[in-house]
Parts: sequence; C-alpha cells; structure tokens
Amino acid sequence: MDIPYTVEARPDTGLYNAKVGIWLFLASEVMLFGALFSAYILLRVGATGDLWPHGWLNIPIGTFNTLVLITSSITTVMAWASLKMNQFGRFKFFHACTILLSLAFVCIKSYEYHDKFTHYEIHLTDGRIADGHLVKSTPEQVIIHGRFVEDRKELFDLRAQGASHTHEEITLPRAQIKTMENYGPWHHTYLAVYFTLTGLHALHVIGGALVIGFLWGPGSKLWRQDPDRFTNRVEISGLFWHFVDLVWIFLFPVLYLL
Amino acid sequence: MQTATQPTAHHPESSHHPAHHTEEDAGGFWSRYFFSTDHKIIGMQYGLTALTFLLFGFFLMVIMRWQIAHPNEPVPVIGPLLASLLGSGAAHGSISADLYNSFGAMHGTIMVFLAIVPLAFGAFGNYLVPLQIGAPDMAFPRINMASYQVYLLGGVIMFVSFFIPGGAAQAGWTSYPPLSLTIPTDGQTFWLIAMVFLITSSLLGAVNFIATVIQLRAPGMTWGRLPFFVWAQFVTGFLLLLAFPPLEAAGVMQLMDKVAHTSFFLPTGLAVEGRLAQVSGGGSPLLWQHLFWFLAHPEVYVLILPAMGIVAEIIANNTRKPLWGYRSLVGATLSIGFLSFIVWAHHMYMTGMGTKISSFFQITTMIISIPSVIILTCLLVSLWGGSIRFNTPMLFAMAFLPMFGIGGLTGLPLGLSYADLHLHDTYYVIAHFHYVVAPGTIFALFAGLYYWYPKYTGRIMNEFWGKIHFWGSLIFMNLIFQPMFAQGMAGMLRRMADGGANYSQARVPEAIGGLSHSMMGLHTYILWAAFSLGLVQIPFIINFFWSICHGRPAGSDNPWAATTLEWQTPTPPPHGNFTSAPRVFRGPYEYSVPGHAADFTPQNQPD
Repeated sequence: MDIPYTVEARPDTGLYNAKVGIWLFLASEVMLFGALFSAYILLRVGATGDLWPHGWLNIPIGTFNTLVLITSSITTVMAWASLKMNQFGRFKFFHACTILLSLAFVCIKSYEYHDKFTHYEIHLTDGRIADGHLVKSTPEQVIIHGRFVEDRKELFDLRAQGASHTHEEITLPRAQIKTMENYGPWHHTYLAVYFTLTGLHALHVIGGALVIGFLWGPGSKLWRQDPDRFTNRVEISGLFWHFVDLVWIFLFPVLYLL
Repeated sequence: MQTATQPTAHHPESSHHPAHHTEEDAGGFWSRYFFSTDHKIIGMQYGLTALTFLLFGFFLMVIMRWQIAHPNEPVPVIGPLLASLLGSGAAHGSISADLYNSFGAMHGTIMVFLAIVPLAFGAFGNYLVPLQIGAPDMAFPRINMASYQVYLLGGVIMFVSFFIPGGAAQAGWTSYPPLSLTIPTDGQTFWLIAMVFLITSSLLGAVNFIATVIQLRAPGMTWGRLPFFVWAQFVTGFLLLLAFPPLEAAGVMQLMDKVAHTSFFLPTGLAVEGRLAQVSGGGSPLLWQHLFWFLAHPEVYVLILPAMGIVAEIIANNTRKPLWGYRSLVGATLSIGFLSFIVWAHHMYMTGMGTKISSFFQITTMIISIPSVIILTCLLVSLWGGSIRFNTPMLFAMAFLPMFGIGGLTGLPLGLSYADLHLHDTYYVIAHFHYVVAPGTIFALFAGLYYWYPKYTGRIMNEFWGKIHFWGSLIFMNLIFQPMFAQGMAGMLRRMADGGANYSQARVPEAIGGLSHSMMGLHTYILWAAFSLGLVQIPFIINFFWSICHGRPAGSDNPWAATTLEWQTPTPPPHGNFTSAPRVFRGPYEYSVPGHAADFTPQNQPD
C-alpha cells in the first residue's frame, strides 16, 4: 500500500503531507531563532548602557542585503507560479535569479564578516587604545588604518559620532602592544550574538540555496514524470525560503538599526 | 490484512515468511536493516540501541553507588578493567572525584536522551503509530531513517567521549556554565556536539509523527477514535518540536563559548583558578539555565506521556473494558502539553528570582499537577469492575500507577518554592524524579515490550521469568529510591562524589545538621538494592532474546484479543502494513460491549 496524500491534498486538511511537514519544521525554526533573539534581549538588557555598541554595522550594506533577500522571495513565488501555469522556462529563469540573489547575499555577508575580522582593537603598554583596520602585520610592527581613543567607551556608540572621527595610518611597534584583538565573536557579546544569529541565518540561506539549486538542476527531471509532485517540491522549498527571508527581516532592525 | 471477526487461526504464510517477497526484502543486510525506511525496522533499530544505552547507563549508576558507599575504595571485580579503559580517572580501580562527576553527568544524559526518549518515542512510537492509525508507514520514511542514523551518531559521540583525554562531560546533565565552560577538557565539547545531533534527530522524528497522525489516518479513523497511545505520542511530538530548538540554540552558544571563546554565558569579572578569565564577559549564566530548562521541563513530559499511552492500552486490553474517561484523558494530555511550556523556572527557584516570578511559576506548576492526576485517576478507575488478566505486561502497567503516584506527589513540595528552599539539589529530588522515570516510565516500557512482543516475533515471552523480572524490579527499585527521600530531607546533597562523607557527623561531630550515621548507612543498602536490581534484569535480557526462537508461539495474529489496528495485521506486519487502507468503523476500546458476539470488537470490523 502506497503512502497517500504525497501529492494530492487530503480532503479534511486540504494539505499534502510535505506541506504539513514543512510548516511543522518552520514552527521549530521559529523556536530556534526565537531562542537566539531572546538571548539577545536578555544580554542587551543586562549590559551597562554605555558599553553596548551602536553603529558597528554598515546600514546601507545591510539595507541592500535586505532588498536582495526580499527580491529573492519575489522570484521564488514567481518560479512556483510559473510551474503552476505550466511555464517551465520561466520557472528556470526565476529560480536562477533566486540562486544568484542568494549568492549575492552570502558574498555581501562574507564581506561584512571580513571587515569585522580585520578590524582590531589594540591596547598599548602606555595605556592608549588604537582601533582600526589592519593594513600590514610584520613580526616587528603592526600598521592599522584607524584612530587613537582615550576611553574605551568611545569605541561603542559610533552612531552618535557619525563621521566625526577621522582615520589615519598608524604604525605600532609590537613591543608597545599589550593586547590585540579583532572584532570577532569573542570580542563582545553583541558580536557573539551578531555572528551566531547571522551565521546560523547564513547557513540556512546556503542550505536553502542548495535545495533550490538542486531542484533547478538535476532535480528538475521530475517535472517530466510527475509535474505536480515537482511543483509541490518547489512550493515547499519556497516556503522555507520565505521563512529565511522573514528571519532576516527581524535580524536587520534588531542588529543593525537598534 | 484481515477483516476477521474472531481471533484468527494462525495463518501459515504470515509468521516468519511473508507470502510475497517485495523489493524491499531483497538486498543485503545493510540495505534491508541499516538503510531501511520501514517504520517497523527503524522502530527496532531505535529499540535495540536504546536498550543498550539503558543498560550502559545502569552500569554507570552501579559504579557510582559503589563509590558513594565505599569512597575511594577500588571497585571490586571490574576495578582493573576500569583502570585500563579509563586511565588516570580510575587509577588502581577506584573512582576519582572527576570520574564520578563524569559518570553522573553521562548517566543522566544517556538515560534521558539516549535511552528513554528513543525507546518511548523512537521505538514504540515509530513501530505502533502507523499501525494503530491504519497507515502504510510514516509520512516521511527517509526522514525517519535519517532521524535514527543521526541519533546513532550522537550516541556514538557521547560514548566515545569517555575515552578521550580528560574523559566525558563532568558538569551534570544540566551543563551549567561557568563550570561546564571552565573545566579544561574536551568532554563538554563532545557533549555539546552530540546534543546537536540528538536534538536534530528528535526534531526530524517529531515532524514525522505529527504529520503522520494528521495526514495518514485511515478512512473512518477520526480523532475521537484514535487509541490514547496515539494521542500521547502526538502531543509528545509537539513537545519535542517546540521545546528542543531553544536547547539547540543554547548548545550552539555554549559550544561557541567553549571553542570560539565567546561570552554568552560567562559573566564579566569571572575568575578561574584565581585569575581573571580572558574573555569579553558580559554574558549570563542564568541565560543558559532559562534556555536549558525551557526544554528540559517539557522533556520530562516527553518521558512520561508515551509511558501513559502504553499503560492505557495494556489496561484496556487486560481489563476487557473500555478506558474510563477517554475525553478526559485526551483533554488532560493536551493541557499538559500546553502547560509544560510555562513551568520551567520551578527548576530555578534558588537563582535569586523575585517573588512575583516565583509565584507565577509556582501557580503554573501546581496547575499542571491537575491534568496529571486526571490521567492517573482515569487509568485507576479503568480498573474498576474489570475482568483483570494478571499477565506480565499488566503487572508492570498496574505497578506504574502507584509508582507514578508516589513520584508525582513527591514533586509537589519541590514545586512550592518555600519547601524547595530546603529540598533543592538534595537526594529528595533524585528520589522524586527517579520514581517517575524508573518504576514509572521504565515499567511502562517493560510492559510494552512484553505486550507487543508477540506482534513483532509471533511468540510470547516466558511468563514465569517475566514475573520474576517484575517482582524483583518492583521491590529493588523501591529499596533503592525510597531511602533517598529521607536522605534528601536530612540535607544530603546531590552530586557528591564521596556520598556526603565530608558533611557527615562522623567526620565533623561538632557541626549542626551533619549527616547522621543512619543516613550514611543507607548507602550500603542502596548499593545492594542496585546490584540486585541489575541481577534481576538478567532473566529479562535472556528471556527477550531466547523467546525470539524458543518462546511459546502466539497462536494467532491477535493473541491478547485486542481491538486496536496493529493486532489486525499479519505477524509480523509486512512492508506497507495493510494491503489496502483499512476502514475504521468504531472506537478503540470496544471490549465487553453488550450484544456483541465476542468480548472484543476490532476497530476495523464493520457492523
């Protein structure tokens, strides 16, 4: 006996099996990201106000990435709708766009990550603090493009300062360096939450892109044999993709704008 | 699949050699058994793996009880073996404090995540839910296979962690930071990675179970005709689906703290070994506790609900009566499911929370005891006026009721913060939850193994040895855990590698409230009871395997004369379970219905 309702909907629920499955899975994902957002809230509320960063992330870049993902959600719907209208060629076109947009998102994210990993906060032996991006690092000295600050607190609220601080090339002999740490997740709990949330999100983007890529490529053979089943698969992957987009819609304001 | 009205005579082609050879039967051992997508095979995989971990967790406990009763003395007989396997932690065959702590952490982790849940949900659930709802398999068979394999991977990682330098995780199954993060060995990292796999396995399984029950019920199998076992598994699926992800998030965060040196859970100003920790700080140990208990409280209902489902089925069948209060049972199960998400901080009364918050959690904790009592009451009242058959499954199922009663009632003082001030982290807590899980859930699981054995193998396990197993387990489990209530009330704390000797009146006579000689003396009795409990499992293990080939033949596909659909299939059920979708005409417990020909009427029997 075959498993029923794999393609056609069960009358009383109006759903086919995989649709129930993906919605259940998305419920669990809401709890997953919800837990991380709750962690952010708890850590933010528990932190002293002047030591919580603002403006450490580039808002124009984040906005652009948001538009990239929103557009990819639109192309996802168009791809599924094309299949529903029996237009395989347009499906191929729209999902090719989706995949390219997801690649763009991940590339931009990588650029942002790289920016953080090359940004250093250096404490010198004489008590000064230097902060900036690494230009060159040799055994004898470290050259950064940045600035000196008097108080560490000045590094935190960049929004208030706007473009008021200038960067210059600073050469620091290693002998004068007490500690040197880049803006990775270990640097501050804000960055820990940022990297964890966006990292997990990016993994979901990559995973979703891989599935959509598979359905675009080798998996599209199923269109010939069982077009309804194939269309359903595209729908399921689309639902997942919309969820991934929705998570970013929450991530962006919380991490970039607040 | 038969639509017979009476218990059928043994069908020659339905015992061990199905009449037709499907393509799933072809292929070698690996494709048929390891890569099977059949829910019955996967259920067996879960069952055997889980029972193995159950035994392993038991061994850990017996060794711990030795150390508690005889601190720093070499473990008899197996001491040298432990020394050779575990290195310096078991030098000269005696258990060091660190090794004791790792045994304690892993006993809890293994019993909860590798033994009980995979057995109750993964094994019994997988095997029975599709059969009981009249489905050919789970909704997503390949995801089912993946969920077992990921569970196995997680289990292997947990097991292997004992043998890495520094040994397994040592900070309790609760893994509270900063301790879990500042122990300088890798056991905790293995634990966290394994937990991510185990949680993934449970999530995959949960999606499968819920989708299956919603979508694959046979025609006529309405929600109101579902066996209570299926309802219990359905709600359990939701608990796993929604409660586990926060722990997965927390596990990832703790892993990042351990490996990437973040400070999710490490507070500012933390000192380790006398020096300031080189971390960014700003983290919160309380955050871990909230995220952990947000899962771990619903988890305990994951441990108990399938067991209640099993007990319900066995009681209905062996009283030849319908269950009393089916709708109350279902309603109570749904309430427990919902309420279990809003009680978690009753595990955290000692963290300095304010009275408003602790009042909220006390109230919800007291409220959740009501549906639990409703379920127990319905099961108890179901016995009234029954024509009881005292076979081995029924003995275990009936013993579950008072044992769960004791476990549940002893939870009430713990749920009230005023009493919990005294009892938190004492042996009273250990006694409470072991009563619920050991003579509670495990008894239900034993009952289920004896009960459904004939459906899987076509043979019945030996009754004499079954009764020995039952009486021995009942007596010795009570002898182990009953004294612990007294020890806990006397102030004996959990997780003490020396069994509390450091706080005893013998060592510090002038201290007030030191543990008395009699409280400390109970350790010896508990050790003997634990060892005896282990001995009495031996006939069960032998019986379990011996009866596969030598047990009394069941004589029919439905030897217990049961009404539910799993008994209306050939033995063992073939791939696809039913040749065509069964049609369901009646509720799950039509026993002794006046005017019917037999004292039971299967669900798929037409009028």
